[in-house]
Amino acid sequence: MMEKATITIDGRKIQARYGQTILQAAREHGIYIPVLCDHPALPPEGACRICLVEIERQRTLQPACTFPVSEGLVIYTHSPKVIEARKFSLELLLSDHPLDCMTCEATGNCLLQDLAYEYGVTGDRYQGEKHQYPIDASNPFIVVDRNKCILCRRCVRACAYINGVEAISVFYRGFNAYIGFGADSTMQDSPCEFCGSCVEVCPTGALWPKMAIGKGRPYQLQKVQTVCAYCGVGCQIELQVRNNRIVNVVGVENAPVNQGFTCVKGRFGNDFVHHPDRLTRPRVRKYLLEGGKREGKERGEWVEVDWDTALDLVSRKLVEIRDTYGSDSIGVLTSAKCTNEENYLMNKLARQLIGTNNIDHCARL
Amino acid sequence: MAGLATAFGSGAMSNSIEDVTQKAKVFFVIGSNTTEQHPIIGMKIRQAVRQRNALLIVADPRQIPLVDFATLHLQHKPGTDLALLNGLMHIILKNGWEDKEFIAERTEGFEEFKAVLEHYPPHVASEITGVSEDLLYEAAQLMATNKPMAAIWAMGITQHIKGVHNVLALANLQMLLGNIGIPGGGVNPLRGQNNVQGACDMGGLPNVYPAYQPVTSEEAAKKFSQAWGAPMSTKVGMTVTEMIPAAKAGHIKALYIMAEDPIMSDADTNHVRTCLEACEFIVLQEIFYTETAPYADVLLPGVSFAEKCGTFTNTERRIQLVRQALQPLGEARPDWQILTEVANRILTNPSGQRKVDTQAPYARWDYQHPSQIMEEINALAPSYAGVKYTRLERGETFQWPVLDENHPGTPILHVGKFARGLGKFSAVEYIPPAELPDENYPFILSTGRVLYHWHGGELTRRSQGLLEIYPKPLIEIHPEDAERIGLNGRRRVRVTSRRGSIEAEAWITDRVLPGMIYANFHFPEASANVLTHAALDPISKIPEFKVCAVRVEAVES
Ligand code: SF4
Ligand code: SF4
Ligand code: SF4
Ligand code: FES
Repeated sequence: MMEKATITIDGRKIQARYGQTILQAAREHGIYIPVLCDHPALPPEGACRICLVEIERQRTLQPACTFPVSEGLVIYTHSPKVIEARKFSLELLLSDHPLDCMTCEATGNCLLQDLAYEYGVTGDRYQGEKHQYPIDASNPFIVVDRNKCILCRRCVRACAYINGVEAISVFYRGFNAYIGFGADSTMQDSPCEFCGSCVEVCPTGALWPKMAIGKGRPYQLQKVQTVCAYCGVGCQIELQVRNNRIVNVVGVENAPVNQGFTCVKGRFGNDFVHHPDRLTRPRVRKYLLEGGKREGKERGEWVEVDWDTALDLVSRKLVEIRDTYGSDSIGVLTSAKCTNEENYLMNKLARQLIGTNNIDHCARL
Repeated sequence: MAGLATAFGSGAMSNSIEDVTQKAKVFFVIGSNTTEQHPIIGMKIRQAVRQRNALLIVADPRQIPLVDFATLHLQHKPGTDLALLNGLMHIILKNGWEDKEFIAERTEGFEEFKAVLEHYPPHVASEITGVSEDLLYEAAQLMATNKPMAAIWAMGITQHIKGVHNVLALANLQMLLGNIGIPGGGVNPLRGQNNVQGACDMGGLPNVYPAYQPVTSEEAAKKFSQAWGAPMSTKVGMTVTEMIPAAKAGHIKALYIMAEDPIMSDADTNHVRTCLEACEFIVLQEIFYTETAPYADVLLPGVSFAEKCGTFTNTERRIQLVRQALQPLGEARPDWQILTEVANRILTNPSGQRKVDTQAPYARWDYQHPSQIMEEINALAPSYAGVKYTRLERGETFQWPVLDENHPGTPILHVGKFARGLGKFSAVEYIPPAELPDENYPFILSTGRVLYHWHGGELTRRSQGLLEIYPKPLIEIHPEDAERIGLNGRRRVRVTSRRGSIEAEAWITDRVLPGMIYANFHFPEASANVLTHAALDPISKIPEFKVCAVRVEAVES
C-alpha cells in the first residue's frame, strides 16, 4: 500500500506509508528509537519491550517495532514514562545476566551493554535467580553461551527467514525458556549449516564465533571490506584483522548480493590464509641451478632461492623455449581465483610476450 | 559458456541475483546444487519459496537439499538433461503454451527447432529420463502458466559431452516461454569459482581477448598488436583439456600455471600425472604446495586474496573491489607483481627473438598498483570501459557492460534486443553419455562438491573448522545398492573405473538414485577425478564429469 499517513514523532510531522510500523517510519526519517529484538533484515517480533513509545489516545505504551502507522498518530519516543519503562525492562534482563562484561567477548559490540549505558542501568536493582547453563563449544564454529541469551529470538528468525532451515527454536517458557537446536540437541546434530546468520544478528555475546575468542576488542581490530574468495556469488565480507592476522569475519551489511549474510565458507573458512603450509620463499629444482638438464621424469631436489634468482630463471627458460620451439609450445593457465587485473596480465603475457593464444583456466572444470 | 553466446551473442548470466530471487514466479533449477555450491543464492531461493510462495522446479538426479523446498522434483537419470528439456518443450508446444509474440518478433530458427521436438513426445522423454509422463506434463504446465520463470543451472548442465547442447536447450526453453530480457526471468548459469567470470572477461580463454573480442578477427588482432606493440596470433589456442595431453605428446614444452591445481581439478588424474611428468618445464605460482607442486620446476609464492588489491567479477557480472587486509606472508608477493617482474625480464632479455615495440601505448609493464592495470583494461575492453577504482572506492558496484565513467552498469542483458540481434533457436538432439554402465562397470558415477569444501580442497582442507566438520571423502550410495554389494556394517567401498580406483567411506543415503553413486574431488587420498572420464564436449572442451561408469565393492575397513 502506498497511501501516506501523516504522523507526529517528538513534535516532528513526517509522512509515513500505510503498512509501515512506527519504527520503520522513524528509521526512514532518521529518528532514533532503541531496539533489542528488532532487526532490519528480520520480521518484527515485539518481544523485548525496549522500543516502547507513548502514543496519544493509547492507554498503554506500545512497541514501535510492531505498531502500524495510521493517520494522525502523535508519538513520543523519549517521554519520562517511556524511559522509565525501558529502564525497567533492562533491569529485568540484567537481573538474569552474568554481568561479566569485563571479560565478555561482546564488550563494545553488544546492544544490551549499549542500552544499559544509555539508560544508566547497572543491573543491581533486582537480585533474581540466575541461570547457570554450561557453555556449548562442541562445534568448530559457534560458541553458545545461553547465560547471555536475552531470548530476543533474532537468531530463530534469522535461521528461518534468512537461511531458511529452522535449526533454532526456543524451548519451554518463562524462566525455563532457552534456545536450542534441532530437537533440542547441538548445532552439529541439527539441520544447521553454520552459515552464521544467527551470530550475525545476535545482539549479545550468546552466540559467538569460536575463532574470534580472546583475539581482541572491537576497537583493537582493523576492519577491511573485501570480497569472498570461494564461490561465484561474490559476497562482500569484512575481514577483522589484528597483528596481521584475520581474527574474525562478518558480512557487509549493505552489500548488493549478500546484505550482511554469508555461508559457512565465507565466514568461517578463511583461516587457510595463515596455514603453516603457506609457501613463503621461491623454490627451484637443483638441476636448474646447476645449469643441467632433467633426467627422465624425476625432477629432483628443491632449493629455496631469492626472488631474483627464481624470476631470472623463469624468464630465461620461457624465452629459450619460445625461441627454440615456437610460441605455441608454451601454455599458460590463468586463474579463476585471481583478480581481474592479474588475469588481464596473464593474457597480456601470453599474447604479447610469448605470442600464443594457449591460455585457459578452470572454467571448464 | 559457448552455448549462450551462440543463442544470444553473450554467454553470461542475463539477470542479477537480486532481480531473479525477488521477482521470479517460478525457479527452474537444473544441474545446480544451489544451497551447497552457491549458498547465498540457495538461501534466497528458499526465502522466495517460503516468504512469497514462489514455485520451484528442481531437475536433478540426486535428492539435493533444495528438493525439500521444491514444488516438483524431476529426478531424471544422469546425462539425460537434453531429453528432459526437449520433452518439456514438446508438451509446451503441443498445448500452444509458447509465447508466440516473442518468438515472432525476437527470434529465428523456430521451424527447424520445432521439427526436432517432434522426436520427443512424452512417452519417449519419459522412457529416456525415467521421469513419469504425468510429472513431465505437470512441470511443463507450471512453467507455461507462471511467468516469469528464471532458469538457473551450473556444472550439472555443462559438464557433459553434450554440455553446450544442454545450454542451447535451456536457451530454447526460455525463448519459447518469452522469459528473456525481463525481470525475474532469464538464463542464469551460476559460475563456480569466485572469479571465473572475470578470468573469462579478461581474456583468460584461448579464443578471445579481453571482453570477448575474438582472436580470429583481423580487426581485433590489429587493435591488440597496436596496443601491445607485438604481432598477434590469429590462431585459436589450446584449452586446458588440450594443453595437458599436448604436454605428453611433446607439443607443449612449458606450462606457466597460476593458482590452478590440475591434479585435483582435471578429469582422469592418472593421465594428468603422466602428462605433467613429461612436460619439460613447469612454473607454478601458488600459495600452497598443492598436489600439482611435485610436477613443477619452479615454485613462485603468491598471496591470498587478503593480501592484495584488485577486483573480482561475480556470477552476475558484478565488479567488486578486493581490498588488502594483510601484509604478504614471508617473502610471498601478489600475483600481479610476480607477473610484472617476469614480463619485464622477458621484455629486456637481450637474446630474445620476439620483438616488442615498447613505444606502443600499452606495451610496457610499469604497474605500481592494480588500478593502473585497470586503466589499461578500461582502454582495451569496452564492457569494462567505465570501471574506475575511484568509483569502486566510493562504494559503487556495477554489472558489466559499464560503457563509460558515468554509465551505471547493466543489471539485465538482452532487454529489447539480443547482443546478436535476434535470438537463435537451436535444433539439438539428445545423445547418451559417452560412457554408460555395463556388466563390468554397472554404476553411474557423478561428481561434484559439498557445502563445507571447495574445488580441489586446497583452501578448505587447510581451514580447521571446515576440515573438522567434513574431515574425509564420502561416497554417496543408495541403500538398495549398499545392500546389494553387501555393505552391511562395513562402511568402506572401493570404486573402480576404466582409469583408476579409489577407496573411501560410504554414505548410505537416498540422496542418490539406485544405480548411481556420487563422489567429490576435495581430498587427494580419494579424489573422484581418479575415476572420471576425459571425454570432452566437442565445442566447449568441457569433460564429462557428471557421468562415467564404475564398479563398486565393499572392502574391509
Ligand atoms: S548457523 Fe545458520 S543454519 Fe545454523 S543455526 Fe545459525 S542461522 Fe541457522
Ligand atoms: S542467542 Fe542471541 S539472538 Fe538468539 S535469542 Fe539469545 S540473545 Fe537473541
Ligand atoms: S560467502 Fe559463501 S555464498 Fe558468499 S561468495 Fe563466499 S562461498 Fe559464496
Ligand atoms: S524492539 Fe520492539 S519489542 Fe523488541
